[in-house]
Amino acid sequence: MTIATRKQATLGAVLIPATAWLVIFFIVPLLILLTYSFLERGTYGGVTWKFTWENYQRLANPLFLGVMGRSIWLGILTTVICLLVGYPMAYFIATAPPRWRNALLLLVIIPFWTNFLVRTYAWMIILRQQGLINVALQSIQIIDKPLELLFTPLAVVIGLVYGYLPFMILPLYATIEKFNFSLVEAAQDLGANDLRSLIRVIIPLTMRGIIAGSLLVFIPSVGAFITPDILGGAKTLMIGNVIETQFLKTRHWPFGSALSMLLMAVVLIPVMIYFRSTTEEARS
Amino acid sequence: MTSSLSQTSIPSKSPVLDLWIRTLGRRSLWLITALGFAFIYIPIFILVIYSFNLSRTSGLWTGFTTDWYTSLWQGATSQSPDITNTLIWDALRNSLIVGSISTFFATTLGTMLAIALERFKFRGKALLEALVFLPIIIPEITMGISLLVFFSLTFQLIQNLTGIRLVLGLPTVIIGHITFNISFVVVTVRARLGEIDPSLEEAALDLGANEWKTLQKIILPLIAPSIFSAGLLAFTLSLDDFVITFFTNGVGSTTLPIFVYGMIRLSITPAINAISTLMLIASLGLVISSMSLQQTTSQK
Amino acid sequence: MLKRLLTYVSLFLFTVVLAIACVANPSSTTNSSVISPTPQAKTLNLYNWTTYIDPEVIKQFEQKFGAKIKYDTFESNESLYAKIKAGNPGYDIIVPSDYMVKIMVADKLVEALNLTNIPNRKNLSLRFQNLTYDPNNQHSIPYQWGTQGIGYNIKATGGEIDSWAEMFDPKYKGRVAFLDDMRASLGVILIYKGFSLNSTNKDEINQAKDALITNRDNILAFHPDTGQDLLAQGQVDIVSEYSGDIFQLMAKNPDIRYVIPKEGTIFWTDNLVIPKGAPNKELAEQFINFILEPEIGAKNSNFIKYASPNQAALDKGLIDPTILKNPSIYPSPEVFTKLKPLEDVGDATKLYDEAWTEVKVSMGK
Repeated sequence: MTIATRKQATLGAVLIPATAWLVIFFIVPLLILLTYSFLERGTYGGVTWKFTWENYQRLANPLFLGVMGRSIWLGILTTVICLLVGYPMAYFIATAPPRWRNALLLLVIIPFWTNFLVRTYAWMIILRQQGLINVALQSIQIIDKPLELLFTPLAVVIGLVYGYLPFMILPLYATIEKFNFSLVEAAQDLGANDLRSLIRVIIPLTMRGIIAGSLLVFIPSVGAFITPDILGGAKTLMIGNVIETQFLKTRHWPFGSALSMLLMAVVLIPVMIYFRSTTEEARS
Repeated sequence: MTSSLSQTSIPSKSPVLDLWIRTLGRRSLWLITALGFAFIYIPIFILVIYSFNLSRTSGLWTGFTTDWYTSLWQGATSQSPDITNTLIWDALRNSLIVGSISTFFATTLGTMLAIALERFKFRGKALLEALVFLPIIIPEITMGISLLVFFSLTFQLIQNLTGIRLVLGLPTVIIGHITFNISFVVVTVRARLGEIDPSLEEAALDLGANEWKTLQKIILPLIAPSIFSAGLLAFTLSLDDFVITFFTNGVGSTTLPIFVYGMIRLSITPAINAISTLMLIASLGLVISSMSLQQTTSQK
Repeated sequence: MLKRLLTYVSLFLFTVVLAIACVANPSSTTNSSVISPTPQAKTLNLYNWTTYIDPEVIKQFEQKFGAKIKYDTFESNESLYAKIKAGNPGYDIIVPSDYMVKIMVADKLVEALNLTNIPNRKNLSLRFQNLTYDPNNQHSIPYQWGTQGIGYNIKATGGEIDSWAEMFDPKYKGRVAFLDDMRASLGVILIYKGFSLNSTNKDEINQAKDALITNRDNILAFHPDTGQDLLAQGQVDIVSEYSGDIFQLMAKNPDIRYVIPKEGTIFWTDNLVIPKGAPNKELAEQFINFILEPEIGAKNSNFIKYASPNQAALDKGLIDPTILKNPSIYPSPEVFTKLKPLEDVGDATKLYDEAWTEVKVSMGK
């Protein structure tokens, strides 16, 4: 066998199983829902096999588009904060003595093996009017009236950042750990100070981790629905809530499917553009 | 790692500024990390403390009790008459089973896919790249419902063709978890794989190693940390998943999140805090024991 | 070679999707009961809300009938509907609320009850033997019931209150919470305004919506059934909540009261129902009959602390007196005339949905 044919066989071996899995258990179900989005709502729920455009026409409602816009904004906010907090943490762990690294990583992730609802309720205890923050601030007399923290968009962002921080830290850690720090020394030999080395050397070379982490935080936070319901007092409506309502409360599966397709399209397009640009950059 | 002040070639333009930035930099790194860990753990402390709360309804501290812990083993007590402890442990067991199996397969399949995407060129690659992102992008409920309908139709088909009746259960839950986890693994592993110099593999191949050996000896060790991160991520996602699990589970496959969500209607009691605290202690125990294991092996 | 492989794979998939599309059409998925699996030796698969049954009751049933109960949980009627509609994964008993029973019956997802196997049906209060959503218990047996009224802190209100109007009183700015459920919350406002709870009139629904939007500053949060916690923690003074939740709070906090407003409110019933394709239908009917025994029914209701539809239990004095005396749990007959059950409104659900979305979007503006 030549190297070329060897490679073909290996490609098949690594490619086929995962792809087949995704196609069978993801694409096919997705295609079913895509079909549903063109059908009419069944009398009680489910679908009636009649073709219609109305689900997509309903999308043009400024109400839904507004909710979509706000969700994207909250997603961006969450991602940026996660990046600002997560990057230093990932850097710290990745540059810690080797035998501490896995332990530190585990320490980051273990809290997220507790139940999500109970963690969210803990945040309510922290943020509420007589919660930790307000009681602390009032006792040292920084404020005299309790701050309204809970049931606000701020609480939602805090909840989202809390929930998705590990999704930022883990990929970042993976990239930074690989990073060749002698490059930094080389840069400094050439006169760069620390800030410069950070901006010109470290960040660009860990960019793949930054992008990966950002995507893993941004995308799910746009579609979040439990956090806005609990921490936001269900007052900060996000697109995830709207979609959930369609599938469950209203039992309008076709419209829910159409909304989901819109959300996926809106999120996928910038992702692909980004991807294209980075791969092209790498090639050139 | 510390990069020492270089004593060769061009001296820095402003050594004082440098020193200042360096100390400030290192201090802020420490500070942000410490604050970050505090941010992560303060709600956890609250969670643990409230597992001793006398009050049944979460949120108002009315007194100290260990009843919730004992109720996990002894069944109903006067304080916590509504804990069916077998159910909680069953749910936990289901969660762990689903978590470990789906993590194993998702990490394996995902890593393979990451290698394929990173190292090979083939037709339809761009399409596959987009496809990999879809499970992350799709709203959970959409994926849950799509799987529900898919299984329902498939089981119908199988029944019509062969008369065998399949139903939803732990296997379908595991399938659902593997499906969404694969994408997260791919993204995490690729982030690092992209940084690895392909010439290392080419060198190995030139020297006569076959693909499999190259994989074993060169690629895998280099990406091991990201496989570990990806596995951790997948396990975490699986343990906490509610939506997709709900739409793919069947008789006897209630997992812990499903059990807890059903409690909202009547009140989530501190028993859930108690079991979460126990899980926390167990995992911390694992961390500590694995660390001391590492120490002993490295001392040899 | 790879190209050929890919072609085969896509061809295969295309065939699969085509086959599924041909074989499956929505009506047939509900006939999954055509071939029922062989009943397992004495297991009862129960699909219920979490902690919605006394564990002692489960034990007693298991001992008396030599059976094992498997218990799985769901958290909303609609999720239950989605699961069962896609094909009963093997449950013998499910516990939907009133409006959902009607939907499931109409959608042919439910077995008719063989009432000769359920002689204890006579123990039900007459009212619960002939409810509007299921006359003569053809498909369901009421399990627990309750109302959705106003829970409030009497120290904050300065006295007893009796009307939904209180929730819009500006003196409670930021101290009010509504249920995060579009039918439940728009519904009580419809009642308050004198309209039908199940109105399909766009104008009426919009009036309810506007009431919420104009008074949005009063609303601290829409709660997912945690209103009693908000009251207990002192975050709100007035909350729209279910009877049993407030009742549990009242037992510990004498300042908390519950009232069924004079305009009326929603009353809900949760029911035991046997879905199509249940593997152990007879055992399920025995279970229902067992729950209807006065001692068992009382035990269960005393545990869950909602109201029992079991008249025999009430007559025999088996219900916990503190629960029984409480008019918020067991209202008087005159109050009962003002209680209305929720019903599915079919396509008009869209109107509620859009109104509710507008309410949410207007919050915080």
